[in-house]
Amino acid sequence: MSATATAPSPSFARRLSEFSDRRFKYLMIAPAIFIILLIGLFPLIYTLAVSVQNITMLEEDTSYHGLIHYGALFKDLRLWQAIGHTLLITAIALPAELLLGLLMALLFLERLPGRQIFVALLVLPTMIAPVVAGATWRLLFDNRYGPINQILGWFAGEPVPIVWTINPDFVYLGILLAEVWQWTPFMFLLLLAALSNVDQSLTEAAEIDGANGLTIFLRIMLPAIWPVMAIALLIRGLDLVRLFDVVWALTGGGPGTMTETISIYTYVQGFRQFETSYTAAIAFLVIVLLSVVVIAALRRMEITR
Amino acid sequence: MMTRLPASGSFGLRRRTWRLLARYVGALALTVIFLFPVYWLFMISFKTPEEIFHSPPVWYPAQLQFSNYAVLFKDGDVVTVWNSLFVAGCSTLIAMFLGTLCAYSLARFRTGGEHLAIWIISQRMIPPIAVVFPLFLLYVWLGWVDTYHGLILLYTAFNLPYVIWMMRGYIEDIPIDLEQSALVDGCTRWQVLLKVVFPMVRTGLFATAVFTFVFAWNDFIFALVMTRSNVTTYPVQVTHYFGGQSNFWAKIAAMSVLGTVPIFIAVAALQKYLVRGISLGAVKG
Repeated sequence: MSATATAPSPSFARRLSEFSDRRFKYLMIAPAIFIILLIGLFPLIYTLAVSVQNITMLEEDTSYHGLIHYGALFKDLRLWQAIGHTLLITAIALPAELLLGLLMALLFLERLPGRQIFVALLVLPTMIAPVVAGATWRLLFDNRYGPINQILGWFAGEPVPIVWTINPDFVYLGILLAEVWQWTPFMFLLLLAALSNVDQSLTEAAEIDGANGLTIFLRIMLPAIWPVMAIALLIRGLDLVRLFDVVWALTGGGPGTMTETISIYTYVQGFRQFETSYTAAIAFLVIVLLSVVVIAALRRMEITR
Repeated sequence: MMTRLPASGSFGLRRRTWRLLARYVGALALTVIFLFPVYWLFMISFKTPEEIFHSPPVWYPAQLQFSNYAVLFKDGDVVTVWNSLFVAGCSTLIAMFLGTLCAYSLARFRTGGEHLAIWIISQRMIPPIAVVFPLFLLYVWLGWVDTYHGLILLYTAFNLPYVIWMMRGYIEDIPIDLEQSALVDGCTRWQVLLKVVFPMVRTGLFATAVFTFVFAWNDFIFALVMTRSNVTTYPVQVTHYFGGQSNFWAKIAAMSVLGTVPIFIAVAALQKYLVRGISLGAVKG
């Protein structure tokens, strides 16, 4: 890699330049790595330290308390419920976004006049701030002044009075609608790009051999787009696990604690209840668990790169 | 691709036309459905209070009026948009500069090997809430809560992994020969970077910078935790208008629109790089 190898130079000069190359390459990464360590390593160490103390709103007790907070994690029903809510939303939203995105991508795969414009418009929801998306859906879902109940009323033939953000029967449907609306275009865009890269001669040959559309999709297209699909699922899956903004704007975790996600629960513990040490224990658990998953998943992604 | 089948006679042609028409209707319907919430948001921002709080809802205002925006300017709330612009802009510049240097080292010298690269991008995937809590305690201690430099540093740190990862890909895409011949010609490493590498990856730099800006611009959770009143960004301001029974709908909508229009511009500017940008470089689009 070092270009000095190609330059005819006396060995002393070469050694000097190799030294300066080495200094150069570390000099270039140093500031960036330093700043990343600030968010990568510092929080890990600091949360660990705080989590074995006993800092709450009432007392600043920084003596060593062992693993009492970690023990409390296992008995914290609200935490496990928050994990459950997060996994529930992920388990429904992720396949829904994938399936809808895939269907949309197939619709746009063949030539279609104005396709570029359609795609540019369809991607907008994904780029909007999630908290703005949540706020928008809150306005749409309003039981009296929002258009969703109005539209449902046209089909029902009578006024529909659903209070979407409070009614336990509908609150998850509301969150999922907003979430799927915002992120289906993400899946759509990636899958459309992947499908467009599938070797056309393969699909054409299969057609001439009399294979039907479904067979072509399952046997030729799906294997070809699988690597992209896996990455899209990974990115979205990790996004969903840390879901905060949309739910915060839409329900604030309510009614009660019914839609609290892991991120919302952590926020409430840390910044509403001021259970500093306990929150640190939650944060540490989340960082460690997810780091393992993330790095394992990224290794796979790096291989496919 | 299926349309390339040997279409026989007028029947085949008619079938193809119908098929295209059906797909067109489907595409239009999808676009209407997906853009309806955006349309609704924009329309509320132009409505009068009577129109906003009308049951059943009216779908468009009688006339476009800008008083909802005027209120934001008069009350000074619009300063939050400026805060967003300043904080996102500064952090983008710093992250792009430091990140590209780091990316070059990773791409051309394999500094730290694959392990370092994977560790860097993994930092991007950690849930912000878990990171922001200890950082908040640090910021309280430093007195950096609700300061511009505090938030700028946070966004810089959060976006650096993305910049490094993306720029590494863009740099690996360009041939190394030019850099080598520039070195042989007696350029220093820094000159090579400035005169050869940067010009060749300028489209990648541009696309990455826009994405970096958008991430900082759209962020909610860091700003929610780290700001009080001086440095409030526009997404936090939007949630300030939600208050118990009386939501300030007009303000929510107008502020959201102010924050969303730059996103539209970004999307328009990014067309060719969207796929690569949102897939973390996995799909070169």
